[in-house]
Amino acid sequence: MSWVTKNLSSSLGRKLIMAVTGLSLVAFLVVHCGINACIFVNDGGETFNAAAEFMAKNFFIRAAEFGLFAGLLLHIIDGLVLWSANSKKRPVKYAVVSKTNSTWYSRSMGLLGTLLLIFLVLHLKHFWVVSRFTDHITSGEETLFQEMKETFQYLWVVIVYVVGCISLSYHLLHGFQSAFQSLGWNHPKYTPFVKSFGAGFAIIVPLVFAAMPVAIYLGFIQ
Amino acid sequence: MEGNMNLTLKVWRQKNANTEGNFETYDVTGISEDMSFLEMFDVLNERLINDGKEPIAFDHDCREGICGMCSMYINGSPHGPKRGVTTCQLHMRSFQSGETITVEPWRASAFPVVKDLVVNRSSFDRIIAAGGFVSVNTGNAQDANALPIPKENADDAFAAAACIGCGACVAACKNASAMLFTSAKISQLSLLPQGQAERLIRAEKMVAQMDAEGFGACTNTGACEAECPKEISLENIARMNREYFGAVVSSKG
Ligand code: SF4
Ligand code: FES
Repeated sequence: MSWVTKNLSSSLGRKLIMAVTGLSLVAFLVVHCGINACIFVNDGGETFNAAAEFMAKNFFIRAAEFGLFAGLLLHIIDGLVLWSANSKKRPVKYAVVSKTNSTWYSRSMGLLGTLLLIFLVLHLKHFWVVSRFTDHITSGEETLFQEMKETFQYLWVVIVYVVGCISLSYHLLHGFQSAFQSLGWNHPKYTPFVKSFGAGFAIIVPLVFAAMPVAIYLGFIQ
Repeated sequence: MEGNMNLTLKVWRQKNANTEGNFETYDVTGISEDMSFLEMFDVLNERLINDGKEPIAFDHDCREGICGMCSMYINGSPHGPKRGVTTCQLHMRSFQSGETITVEPWRASAFPVVKDLVVNRSSFDRIIAAGGFVSVNTGNAQDANALPIPKENADDAFAAAACIGCGACVAACKNASAMLFTSAKISQLSLLPQGQAERLIRAEKMVAQMDAEGFGACTNTGACEAECPKEISLENIARMNREYFGAVVSSKG
């Protein structure tokens, strides 16, 4: 093993991978949320479709998409490896466990991540597969906005998306500030800001996301 | 010292590392609320001995919160429900008469049970042996202020050096991670001039040993900091991360 792979596969190296890939996914969320929020302009999807088309046609965005998927995959695999390794470190469990020393969501990142993964499979099937691997959108048969409206006609889909957003919120609530700690960035000047900014981010972004299927289902978006 | 507290104790009994253990229930009567938790165990053990039974094995030494031996997982928390204390500093007044108290050993594959509540914590010793020392000859005690050390560094180093190696951080962590302990030991040396000579290799070696011993990887839940009797800060783990990555990219080994 070279020094790079050796150290990246140590416990600290694996945390570093989680942090770096996690933060890059956070950056993606900002873009994704910003573009999708264009539907709230409520102009029949014009702004949103234009933004979506720009994203689909821009070479740099398409190139970054590969990076995004690589990061996502790494985040998932590394997370699963860590989870499986960590779950073997206490072969005999405690009979009584007091849960007051940490938050439930900080202890449940694996579970929240798994929920997100299940949601993601459905989500990618709904939009990404349709827009990239069929000519449904590119042929001009339908716009992405119409696709969105069709998808969110069904109550069960809306519920799954809202649950996905709630999982995302708790995942970020712990993950955002945790990433900075893993990177070694814990400082009296910045950490309070990182923590409150992270909490705000973890609440606002999933809320905006969740508002989309709900608003469409309720017919607020025309 | 007689008192009027009556308790039911559920204690983990295990003959040795190779046998299966189980919980035994004991009624303990006449306990004073001024006793420490360990003194309550002394009373119970004395009664067991008088009855011709095997006393409960538990670790203890200083009984004043400085040696770190008194490992007991009490009602789901290392060192019991109070924050910032060891088991020997925990008084019976922290409990209600009539309560059932469950006492378990530290649970971690890196801390195998030796007997009853006693676990083998030599994995911590091997982490220290891997790099938690200075091998330059520091000579006689220096004159005061001969070595210029910024006050903040001295304070942080002292705070990290307060770690007594008790293992409560591992016991509390859902991943049985030893990062709070290891980071405290790395920090106390990396903050002081005496620790600079081996600074780069120290972090790499101690982290490698920590992994080899079978401790888990930290997920930043903060349970360790909350349960640590010496209130060692999570800032030390961040410092360890910096030390480690700094060492990885710059050491020549
Ligand atoms: S860091 Fe705290 S809990 Fe962990 S061994 Fe040191 S004193 Fe004990
Ligand atoms: S017996 Fe020494 S710290 Fe408790």
